[in-house]
Amino acid sequence: MLLELFLTFLMIGFVSFGGGYAVIPLIREEIVERHGWMTVREMNDAIAVASMTPGPFAVNSAVFIGYSEAGIAGAIAAAAGAAAPSLILIVLLGAIYVQVRRYELVQSAFYGLRPVIAGLVVYAAILMVLNNRLFAEFSYPSAALSAVFLLSLAAFYFRLHPLYVMLIAGAVGAIGFV
Amino acid sequence: MKETGHRNVAFVLQIFRTFLKISPFAFGGGYALIALIEREAADRRKWLDSRELADIIALSQSVPGAVGMNAAMLIGYRLARLPGAIAAAAGVLVPAFAIVLTLGIVLLQFRQVPEVRAAFSSITAAVAALIAYAAFRLVRAAVVDKTAAFLIVSTVLALYFLDVHPVFLVLAGGAAGMAAKALRKRLGKPAKAAGRREPVYKYDDYFIGDGI
Repeated sequence: MLLELFLTFLMIGFVSFGGGYAVIPLIREEIVERHGWMTVREMNDAIAVASMTPGPFAVNSAVFIGYSEAGIAGAIAAAAGAAAPSLILIVLLGAIYVQVRRYELVQSAFYGLRPVIAGLVVYAAILMVLNNRLFAEFSYPSAALSAVFLLSLAAFYFRLHPLYVMLIAGAVGAIGFV
Repeated sequence: MKETGHRNVAFVLQIFRTFLKISPFAFGGGYALIALIEREAADRRKWLDSRELADIIALSQSVPGAVGMNAAMLIGYRLARLPGAIAAAAGVLVPAFAIVLTLGIVLLQFRQVPEVRAAFSSITAAVAALIAYAAFRLVRAAVVDKTAAFLIVSTVLALYFLDVHPVFLVLAGGAAGMAAKALRKRLGKPAKAAGRREPVYKYDDYFIGDGI
């Protein structure tokens, strides 16, 4: 189990170009679909926790998922897997002291990678909207969540710090929805 | 960049402590850590100048993984080789690990409490908005020409309808990029310029995972 956690997040880490939310489709594919370690609802919680905390999103979600699967040992195994690719590649590049990105080959690879990464994040957004039944039905919970969604969107557009938005959303949720 | 004795334990510990100090404040991912690194490592400690920082940011974007963590490791490595890289990584990861673990345990314990459930549903809605916003910005930055637009759309379609494993899409994207550029060269089309301005990190938008 620990090894599986480590290897899974190692694989995710190696293709997590641009860090961030592009790993969400990967997490869904591996953690929810393939291994069945979590339900969609639990994955949403993982994403929420990973977004609220400092640190790289991929590592944060690894910690949470690892913990819920196998306690602290799981958290460490998963986090190590998520962080290892960076360490390995940085050390390799550092040793060669190469400005990798100047090479035309790398540049052209990124020409294709950027749109794909963007597509992954778009899909992640779609998943989040669908899984949380935003804009899905004419019920109070759905409408309220959709309102939170839209208001948050506006807040980000106006450069409000995401942590504040999330804390406010949490407070609103606890007070208003129960 | 200052390359003081890489076997100097005190220096390595200092690297660790420096990143330990700044990483708890790197909220929102993306370039939050970069902004903090600039203030601490470049301005205060004078470990690197702004040109080196720009190079490091660029290199950190070219490697998989979060840009902030990559940059920290790279700086640590350049200062004190492998021990430095590990120290920097530890400094970044330890606080995040502790905070995520704490919050995670709390959530897992109190999941059933209605207020907690409601609060997290609401937070998830806000996070969905954050991801949607990030997606919007990424698409806007990535759509440099029709090929890119095609790749974005086909990626989303492949994920949604065909359930393709994202790993394949990432690898295919890299391959497609190289193939497209090679094809362009072969056809004698003028080499496309970088396509968009170099993504220098912008302070006010730092929290969005601008990615690569």
